[in-house]
Amino acid sequence: MSFFLLRRTGGLVLTLLAISIVVFAVMNVLPGDPALTILGIDATDDARAALRVQLGLDDPAPVRYVQWIAGIARGDFGTSYSFGVPVAGLIAERLPLTLSLALSGTLLTLVIALAAGLYSASRHGRTGDWAVMILSQLGIAIPAFWLAILLVLLFAVNLRWFPPGGFPGWSDPLGSLRSLVLPTIALAAVQGAVLARVTRSSALEVMRLDFVRTARATGLSPARVLWRHVLPNALVPVITIVGMQFAGVVTGTIVIENVFYLPGLGRLIFQSIANRDIITVQALVLMVAAVVVLANFAVDVAYALIDPRLKARLA
Amino acid sequence: MFQKQLSTLALAAALGLGLVQPVAADALLRIGLQQEPTTLDPTSDATASIAGMLGQNVYESLTTVDESGAVLPQLAESWDVSEDGLTYTFHLAEGVTFHDGTAFDAQDVKFTFDRAMGEDSVNPAKRYFNVIEKVEVVDPQTVKMVLKQPDAFFLFNVAQGSASILAPESAEDAKTAPVGTGPFRFEGWTRGDRLKLAKNDDHRDAGEVALDRVEFRFVADPASAAAALMAGEIDAYPGFGAPEMLPQFEADPRFKVSVGSTEGEVILAMNNSKAPFTDQRVREAVNHALDRDEIIEGAMYGRAVPIGSFYPPHGAGYVDLTDRWPHDTAKAKALFEEAGIAGDTLTIRVPPFAYATRSAEIIQTELADAGIDAKVEAVEWGFWLDEVYKKQNYDMTIIAHTSPNDLGNFAKGPEYFYGYDNADYDTLWNAITVESDEAKRNALEREAQHFLADSAVMGFLFQLPKLSIVRADVTGLWGSSPVTFQPLSGVRIGSDM
Repeated sequence: MSFFLLRRTGGLVLTLLAISIVVFAVMNVLPGDPALTILGIDATDDARAALRVQLGLDDPAPVRYVQWIAGIARGDFGTSYSFGVPVAGLIAERLPLTLSLALSGTLLTLVIALAAGLYSASRHGRTGDWAVMILSQLGIAIPAFWLAILLVLLFAVNLRWFPPGGFPGWSDPLGSLRSLVLPTIALAAVQGAVLARVTRSSALEVMRLDFVRTARATGLSPARVLWRHVLPNALVPVITIVGMQFAGVVTGTIVIENVFYLPGLGRLIFQSIANRDIITVQALVLMVAAVVVLANFAVDVAYALIDPRLKARLA
Repeated sequence: MFQKQLSTLALAAALGLGLVQPVAADALLRIGLQQEPTTLDPTSDATASIAGMLGQNVYESLTTVDESGAVLPQLAESWDVSEDGLTYTFHLAEGVTFHDGTAFDAQDVKFTFDRAMGEDSVNPAKRYFNVIEKVEVVDPQTVKMVLKQPDAFFLFNVAQGSASILAPESAEDAKTAPVGTGPFRFEGWTRGDRLKLAKNDDHRDAGEVALDRVEFRFVADPASAAAALMAGEIDAYPGFGAPEMLPQFEADPRFKVSVGSTEGEVILAMNNSKAPFTDQRVREAVNHALDRDEIIEGAMYGRAVPIGSFYPPHGAGYVDLTDRWPHDTAKAKALFEEAGIAGDTLTIRVPPFAYATRSAEIIQTELADAGIDAKVEAVEWGFWLDEVYKKQNYDMTIIAHTSPNDLGNFAKGPEYFYGYDNADYDTLWNAITVESDEAKRNALEREAQHFLADSAVMGFLFQLPKLSIVRADVTGLWGSSPVTFQPLSGVRIGSDM
């Protein structure tokens, strides 16, 4: 297991290094000039030139890349061009919200998927199954931002159960939770719909196997068979998809944060790209990449925990 | 709002019982904004919402302007202008302090202007300051500025956010902790969420300020903004971006809707330095192909005023030239054929603003009717700035020019993205800038409008409207925007206060 961890950590570092080169190259060939976006179209040429010098934009690209990577190795992500404050601080103040949203979204996705998927599988071919299948088809077809707007109109504007957006800050825990409810639902609905279908087909496959018939023959209740024997064996493909979807959830928060005007990383990414705040975008993309790679890593570990055969092979 | 209603109710009940003297409730105004800035220093960042939130509220300038665009005294209580129009002597208000307690005097003015004029200045409006030769402190309450040449717009320009007076003690941190002399002090900024101001009780006019607290909430998406207004999360949204949603608010007695004017002329810019637009016939043909009413109806749902030259219809020197090149598809077609470009493909590169992308689609069909295959290329803002604005790499584009007094754009030379270069126009613009007599200046500005329309330099489309949705009991917010700032000292909530 420790060799496995070591190998994966090495892979993680190499992957991130490769990503850092790609991100840096892409951001630097992208048309755009931070000094131009900051000072606008009425600025004089000499003011723009002065700002470029201030920001250190006139150094050659390889020099800037090395400076950037050397900084990161020291834990210094640099200073944002457009915000004028350390990038690490910008990310730190927004990370908790996006992480909370991604985690609550993933949790709700799992709840929806497992409940709907197992229910559907246990009612295979009957009305309940069809209902879940139709609903999940709808869930896949509906764009997340549109669902988000519908949720806001119903639950915030008409019923006033939840705020239409915004975030009061963690000093108001109840208010914070309330403002995350609608975004979480909007985020999880689509992913949950996809995952419910995976869960259903995976469960159906397992239910056809001999050991399930045996379990039923021993007189176990259908619920217990489903819970104890079908679910654990149906989970492996589900976990794989969750890992892949986590990247989708993280990027999905960009759209969701915009609709619910939440101060998360998604809006920071959006704003930084628009402002050509290259150094902030680089750090953000690198971090999202790291999160996705880590999520995949977590999936691999989860396999090992669920599947004793894998655990034995790794040991 | 709910809290405020409660306290107002409680207050009314208490007053009814004759128990307490009237006390003002904590008046909080929550304003939704489309654009969030990345820094809070209007002297080093052109983002309009910086001055929009802080200009004349947290920061003050030597002068200010009212909603009609007229110049009024601010930190300078009065001024004298020398006969030759070259020397301005400003007499400063006394007893003014910055929010950090330091005193305001002539040294702060000199510091601010020297900083904006200096070699390493990154002021986005450095152009305004280039006309200044030197700034002298006469005594703590008097500043003298000597100009290189007369500038008719000088007093207007020093009112802008980019000329906000900063103190040497706090200017360094202005990007994150703005300190000014204004009627509101900066309370805090949660990036991505909101910015808070609180009333400055030490301000010289504090007695006239009705609001105790102001919150700017950053809600970029118009659909989200509409929901936030309807759910009572925000009280006002100036600069609403979706004209198609206005009827629903107009029908709702809880809100007031206003369609004001801005300084933004929306133009279909043609690259004058590039074929085929070097040919006046082609530019005339494009103008004949345009149907402004159709464009305004389709792109702005009818909420805009057409323009025929580069000057706002509310301006004193305005002349209506919308009929200079009347909509005539047949004539456009004939002119395109005469110029030998009928059937050619031309590209409209549009920045990501609703007014631009929507106008582009309509113009595309109008040009198609006249025999030109127009391609619409929607580009992102950073790309537009680099490719269109900086490198002049475009055929046509659509953009609003929101600076006041910007007839001078056409005198910026062939390096400017219009690619327009005309010595006669340059002379005319110079005459405008040095003309201190308003009537004479207006006459010259009319001449300039005719000049631009006659040479069909651009397709002049419409004046960008300012659409605002405001809670019915909020008064004092400007409906129009002659400048980027919005003074909040005269804003009130409810009729009782």
